[in-house]
Amino acid sequence: MTDILMPALSPTMTEGTLAKWLKKVGDEVRSGDVIAEIETDKATMEVEAVDEGTLTAILVPEGTEGVAVNAVIAKLNGGAEAAQPAPAPAPKAEAPAPKAEAPKHHAPAPALLEKDWGKTKTMTVREALREAMVVEMRADKDVFLMGEEVAQYQGAYKISQGMLDEFGPRRVIDTPITEHGFTGMAVGAAMNGLKPILEFMTFNFAMQAMDQIINSAAKTLYMSGGQMGASIVFRGPNGAAARVAAQHSQCFASWYAHCPGLKVVAPWSAADAKGLLRAAIRDPNPVIFLENEILYGHSFEVPEDEDFILPLGKAKVERAGSDVTIITFSIMVDTALKAAEALAEQGISAEVINLRTIRPLDIETIAASVKKTSRVVSLEEGWPFAGIGSEIITTVVEHCFDWLDAPPVRVAGVDVPMPYAANLEKLALPQPGWVVDAVKKLF
Amino acid sequence: MAASPDKARKATKKPADAMSMEELLNAYERMLLIRRFEEKAGQLYGMGLIAGFCHLYIGQEAVVVGMQHCLKDGDEVITSYRDHGHMLACGMDPKGVMAELTGRIGGYSKGKGGSMHMFSKEKGFFGGHGIVGAQVSLGTGLGFSNWYRENDNVSLTYFGEGASNQGQVYESYNLAALMKLPVVFVIENNRYAMGTSVERATASTDLSHNATPWGMPSLAVDGMDVLAVKAAGEQAVAHCRAGKGPFLLEMKTYRYRGHSMSDPAKYRTREEVQKMRAEHDCLDSARKRLEELGVSETELKTLDDGIKARVQEAADFAQTSPEPDPAELYTDVLVEG
Ligand SMILES: Cc1ncc(C[n+]2csc(CCOP(=O)(O)OP(=O)(O)O)c2C)c(N)n1
Ligand SMILES: [Mg+2]
Repeated sequence: MTDILMPALSPTMTEGTLAKWLKKVGDEVRSGDVIAEIETDKATMEVEAVDEGTLTAILVPEGTEGVAVNAVIAKLNGGAEAAQPAPAPAPKAEAPAPKAEAPKHHAPAPALLEKDWGKTKTMTVREALREAMVVEMRADKDVFLMGEEVAQYQGAYKISQGMLDEFGPRRVIDTPITEHGFTGMAVGAAMNGLKPILEFMTFNFAMQAMDQIINSAAKTLYMSGGQMGASIVFRGPNGAAARVAAQHSQCFASWYAHCPGLKVVAPWSAADAKGLLRAAIRDPNPVIFLENEILYGHSFEVPEDEDFILPLGKAKVERAGSDVTIITFSIMVDTALKAAEALAEQGISAEVINLRTIRPLDIETIAASVKKTSRVVSLEEGWPFAGIGSEIITTVVEHCFDWLDAPPVRVAGVDVPMPYAANLEKLALPQPGWVVDAVKKLF
Repeated sequence: MAASPDKARKATKKPADAMSMEELLNAYERMLLIRRFEEKAGQLYGMGLIAGFCHLYIGQEAVVVGMQHCLKDGDEVITSYRDHGHMLACGMDPKGVMAELTGRIGGYSKGKGGSMHMFSKEKGFFGGHGIVGAQVSLGTGLGFSNWYRENDNVSLTYFGEGASNQGQVYESYNLAALMKLPVVFVIENNRYAMGTSVERATASTDLSHNATPWGMPSLAVDGMDVLAVKAAGEQAVAHCRAGKGPFLLEMKTYRYRGHSMSDPAKYRTREEVQKMRAEHDCLDSARKRLEELGVSETELKTLDDGIKARVQEAADFAQTSPEPDPAELYTDVLVEG
């Protein structure tokens, strides 16, 4: 008797829905046969049999949601293959972090100076990004989406799902794997007045196109004495994903933020994603829009108002506090909020600033907060050397030196390429505890 | 082989003569090892023991195995992230490969590289690269080092048909042809780059023609037939060893599984996959030929059992080898001292 287990079908899947059985009890199963369909966090996948034999029991009926990876879903009889043993825990491994289902963020404490947009609805970051593109493309015929797998495949991460259907192949365009070429092409189109949204499957691959982004998109306005520039958005997932190792896991915020002629945006919530992407598309300048793969499936409240948009260059205070300011962006906002929670239990009141835009940096919001708290910690997932934290802290020293009660501290990813091994990967990325420790050093 | 008026684009040897029975038996064994290894890797991925991106080579085994039969010690091999088959063909230890997939200290990169990034200096395997097309320039550099040292080694540089569209691939063709570097460019045309078929990505789909502007000889090869691969590979490798410059091989092949483990594969029909499996499988045809040559059922069965045991041993090792020591996080960033 062989157990058929619920398979993991994507790097981020911890559970799924057993959508459909394609075999029934008593059926012969051959290796390679499709036995079931499973909905993961990203797509509906077919499950192929590995072992052969007769299906003797179906233990999880179709339609069952939340089936954990490795749960026994059916049993096979016969076949020469021995039953697959249950996975042995890795020796010496830390207990794997219990992966919660994609978190749902509750409306944070009302932020200072944030306009009230009224009624909200819950949506994922993925949906928010799509909505932003869709509404802007409806409003402006010059806006189009281009990239690898954005059209027929519906997006490698399903951000552009359904967009080919609505806008057709002239406005939602699949490209060959030719980042340098298609980026140059998009920048050229932008120089001539079109407004491309260029999706990089991940920002790791934008390095192939770096020359066109910096030398062509960022500098043309200046070199032409203001005659022509490029209204273009470069967007895609940035930063560490899960277990994809060094070449697919790194933060490019500081690379782009270094260069004049670019704006650099990094949303955290779904509201950020929607409001900032709309603004980025309308902006007449090249905008680097750094998303995060892990956040795509996270849900947040987003204003329903049709005109909802957020200004570029404005940070948001996600949590008000009086003792220390934690300044961060993208997925590290989660880490900062967790740290603030832990600090609150220890009697320290932390203010958390979500930068939203990295360049131009919202010095006003940062300075106002630091003048209030007198202590500051920067937090980012990327490498520390010449990172965004260096810029934040320099800015704080320049603007608020006299208000500081302790030297500013930066918390960042460990200064190494991203390792693949589960235990090492975990050690490489900032945890809430790192922030708590850094804050406590300031008192 | 593609019929071509161009003399350089015809293989000189008939596939049937490409291997002796012993060689074919050996090739069959290696292909089977790759197939079973990949099936096991897929299973371990499903159990959460392997994570991240994991690109299986199932269906394409004849390409690396046929080509490997043309190599000698000192030759170099480099490829993309779809690299498990290449490593096994190079003679790397299945235990070390599988343990890298599970991210353990016994893996070829001490668990730090994972499925996409493994290397073996000893076996002349230069990786395991995640950026589509990047390994093609690197492979050209491996050929350059042979030219520089004036030896007769050859660099086998593998890449997908999707990668063949990248600008640096064309730059590499030109460099290699210009400098007469010993590089065999092997396009593994498995018809899809993730969800994009070759017809949707490449204006001219006869990829062996890509060699023409640079005056580089080339062949289009039935990459599902290990004998055809070997015949074409011999010709290409001999050309490079003789100092005549690079050679391009377009291997027409097919991947049976999704692009990676998380690919729902809606861009092709199941019938298309089943047809390739049923009619062109490299193991089926090799097995048939071996039977014609008089190899018995029992011999094949013994071989099969031996491979199953080796793969199981690799899977066991990959689960019992410890995770890397936390201190490994900081090692190997720079050469110290
Ligand atoms: C520069 C770059 N762009 C995009 C990707 C994402 N990606 C990984 S594999 C792949 C498809 C490659 O197809 P092909 O070259 O045909 O090789 P195959 O996967 O079929 O072996 C893509 C688009 C990447 N890794 N690197
Ligand atoms: Mg391909």
